[in-house]
Amino acid sequence: MNRHDEFIQTFTILGRDFSRAGSVSTEIKEILQEIGVPSSIIRRVAIASYEAEMNVVMYAQKGELTLTLNPETIKIEVEDEGQGIEDIELAMQEGYSTATEEMREMGFGAGMGLPNIKKNAHIFIITSSPGVGTYLKMIFYLDEERAA
Amino acid sequence: MTLQEIIKGLNLEVITGGDNLNLEVKDGYTSDLLSDVMANAQPACLWITLQTHVNIVAVAKLKDLAGIIIVNGRQPDKETRQKAQEENLPLLLSKETAFQVSGRLYQLLGKGK
Ligand SMILES: Nc1ncnc2c1ncn2[C@@H]1O[C@H](COP(=O)(O)OP(=O)(O)O)[C@@H](O)[C@H]1O
Ligand SMILES: [Mg+2]
Repeated sequence: MNRHDEFIQTFTILGRDFSRAGSVSTEIKEILQEIGVPSSIIRRVAIASYEAEMNVVMYAQKGELTLTLNPETIKIEVEDEGQGIEDIELAMQEGYSTATEEMREMGFGAGMGLPNIKKNAHIFIITSSPGVGTYLKMIFYLDEERAA
Repeated sequence: MTLQEIIKGLNLEVITGGDNLNLEVKDGYTSDLLSDVMANAQPACLWITLQTHVNIVAVAKLKDLAGIIIVNGRQPDKETRQKAQEENLPLLLSKETAFQVSGRLYQLLGKGK
């Protein structure tokens, strides 16, 4: 059920596509800038969407990111088909990473992605089925006073 | 201090973004971990790193950084140059180490005074 005042756009993210990695987050940032979202919120969204996008690139075959905007909130959902996460609590720990040596050489695999998403989204939900895929939902309130 | 002044002061080679050098640089951030830069670099700061692959351009754009200094005389990948060119992002090279470049930028910006 779509609200009449809602804007929804879906983006595809390809696993292992390191050369285009970050392009979906960049597009989202441009959309938010165009509609005049406060820069403090754009910064939060940029960090969280980039980390979520990179996790699909690094750990999944493909994923879909859906951006939903309404006058109160920015919602970003990322659903991927991939290896999934066995132990979410462990994955959420700062510093935990299963990134390959090759990824680490490129500066990925700090194990800060999921913790950074949690820090920056006002609401963050993650669920996963090992061997099937992972689903993330992040919500950002446009009115930061209300979010606090 | 403008990027142009810093380029002179640190003797940097300009690879791309040459028409974006009047930017005011506020600070620097030295790191080779992309998530660390995403989390902690401030807008309008110069990023000092030895990473050369194309993903550094997206990080710099997402964080509104003033530019990237690649250290140790490393050369950016071809893809990185192309992408930085497209985005008009200042991509700068130094033969010095991250430690040396960071120390000199710190002084130039009058930090720690
Ligand atoms: N979408 C995903 N699919 C499968 N595994 C994931 C996904 N996102 C995160 N993970 C797992 O959680 C770990 C921690 O993720 P994160 O905090 O982003 O750190 P990093 O990406 O640096 O490893 C990853 O190393 C990986 O094992
Ligand atoms: Mg990650």
